Amino acid sequence: MEKRPKSLETVKHVILVLSGKGGVGKSSVTTQLALTLSSQGYRVGVLDIDLTGPSIPRMFGLEDSKVHQSHSGWVPVQYDASGNLQVMSLGFLLNDRGNSVVWRGPKKTAMVKQFLADVHWGNLDYLLIDTPPGTSDEHIAIAEELRHMNNVDGAVIVTTPQLVSVADVRKEISFCEKVNFKILGIVENMSGFVCPHCAECTNIFSSGGGAALAEQLKLPYLGNVPIDPTFNELVENQIELRKETSQTLVDLYKKCNLYVIFERITNEIITKSSA
Amino acid sequence: MIAVQQQTELIPKPQLAAPEPEHCPGPESEKAGQADACAGCPNQSICESLPKGPDPDIEIITKKLSSIKHKILVLSGKGGVGKSTFTSMLSWALAADQDLEVGAMDLDICGPSLPKMLGAEGETIHSSNSGWSPVYVSDNLGMMSIAFMLPDPNSAIIWRGNKKNGLIKQFLKDVDWGDLDYLVVDTPPGTSDEHLSVTTYMKDSGIDGALVVTTPQEVALLDVRKEIDFCRKAGIKVLGLVENMSGFVCPNCHGESKIFKPTTGGGAKLAKEMGIKFFGSVPLDPRIGRSCDSGESFLDSYPDSPACTAILSVVDALRDEIGDI
Repeated sequence: MEKRPKSLETVKHVILVLSGKGGVGKSSVTTQLALTLSSQGYRVGVLDIDLTGPSIPRMFGLEDSKVHQSHSGWVPVQYDASGNLQVMSLGFLLNDRGNSVVWRGPKKTAMVKQFLADVHWGNLDYLLIDTPPGTSDEHIAIAEELRHMNNVDGAVIVTTPQLVSVADVRKEISFCEKVNFKILGIVENMSGFVCPHCAECTNIFSSGGGAALAEQLKLPYLGNVPIDPTFNELVENQIELRKETSQTLVDLYKKCNLYVIFERITNEIITKSSA
Repeated sequence: MIAVQQQTELIPKPQLAAPEPEHCPGPESEKAGQADACAGCPNQSICESLPKGPDPDIEIITKKLSSIKHKILVLSGKGGVGKSTFTSMLSWALAADQDLEVGAMDLDICGPSLPKMLGAEGETIHSSNSGWSPVYVSDNLGMMSIAFMLPDPNSAIIWRGNKKNGLIKQFLKDVDWGDLDYLVVDTPPGTSDEHLSVTTYMKDSGIDGALVVTTPQEVALLDVRKEIDFCRKAGIKVLGLVENMSGFVCPNCHGESKIFKPTTGGGAKLAKEMGIKFFGSVPLDPRIGRSCDSGESFLDSYPDSPACTAILSVVDALRDEIGDI
């Protein structure tokens, strides 16, 4: 019997952000994709299914927000009054930010299912799903839930340049093949760092691993994103910055150096996902 | 159901009639078949009839691990902060002392990195009467990882929690470590099945404690806080906190920059806030990544680098904390 998650029926495109390796920037890529899409006028939702380490609330400066219950389901946290950017994460359901969620597999599976079934997104152009590292319970659950949906465009794979990371990312690609997620492309994050003192670019985590992987596996390569401490700073200080300048994170992000890079990546993803 | 890679079953599992429900106490638990969630579950009668009581395997594991003097877990709620890197550094550093026997165990089943970092990629495991023999990367440093059992390094292990628990148990039960001074256990990110299993199975044999690794940004500290909370809940002593990737010295102009800014005070402040020891900060060094990619010891290759000094002082602090020196 086919059962489709009701909450996703009003979503035009679903895109997953995956990586076998942790800490490569899945959440930061998800955030930047969401901000770029939102700046282009799309209605965007972000679903964080990293249950034991949810980072999305912090990335959007929404750590104190709570999810509300309505008759049609959970109402995601609205970034601002326009409702063009909505966020859902387990982080919003915890009482204290330091609390750990120590759950075994079946409970995580149930939570992911609930996220897909009960969240009332409304009409969305894009739903970005941020995932935990690995290929385990959360991933199996999300793949099972999405398997009958016809609005799943595919997955964006994030890696860092080192071989150690690329090795784990290969596993994630093999996972995508097994569950029939189309791979929209590979992003190489943390690719080089430009010294603010002398403008010399150092490849802290070497470079080129993502491009080589894409070429080897004949997958689209979306580009490399350098390490930019100003983006990190923007995320960490966004609440004060928003108060000072009364601009939203989307506006502030547009001034970031990374915006240009993500604009290109996003456009490529949009072309691929509407094809 | 998605086709999950079928490996030979490691432990006999109860044949359940349906997947476990959300609040399942676990078919192996003492409350199996009797908890609130069991009412109406199609598995109830199956679970109820399973043998109860403490897991007999725990006794075997305790006996097996009794020849290991110190057992250290390397933990972090966050991924990619350098757990495996630090595990490999710690192992190399300890093994530099010829009198010590060191073992390193990789419990990250979905993304095993340790074999590559210790230069043991592509090795296979040999089994003998006394169990599986670890792979020796130097005279006194043995290691064990799931990666050695995979036919193809690219294939993903798409396993649910239960199956991972079975493998972890097997690792603890069947690996023949022999007499070890140190066993360093590398873990995956998060606070889930692997973490619960390893702490449950190893508890009786006595874990010295956990070394928690973080990076300076608040996004990482947030998850690390959860891991420390987990250690408290699980009764694991936190030996100390290490801050990795703190600061970067440009090889060109020697100007220092904070790539991952400690806007909320970084690891030192977190350690203070949580009342745990702070072992120090290790700076970013591109050569660390390169050494890990080629499976060499960074400590041997670049003994004069500031990162090397920092790592060794952390190792000293750690040994001091567990009362070894």
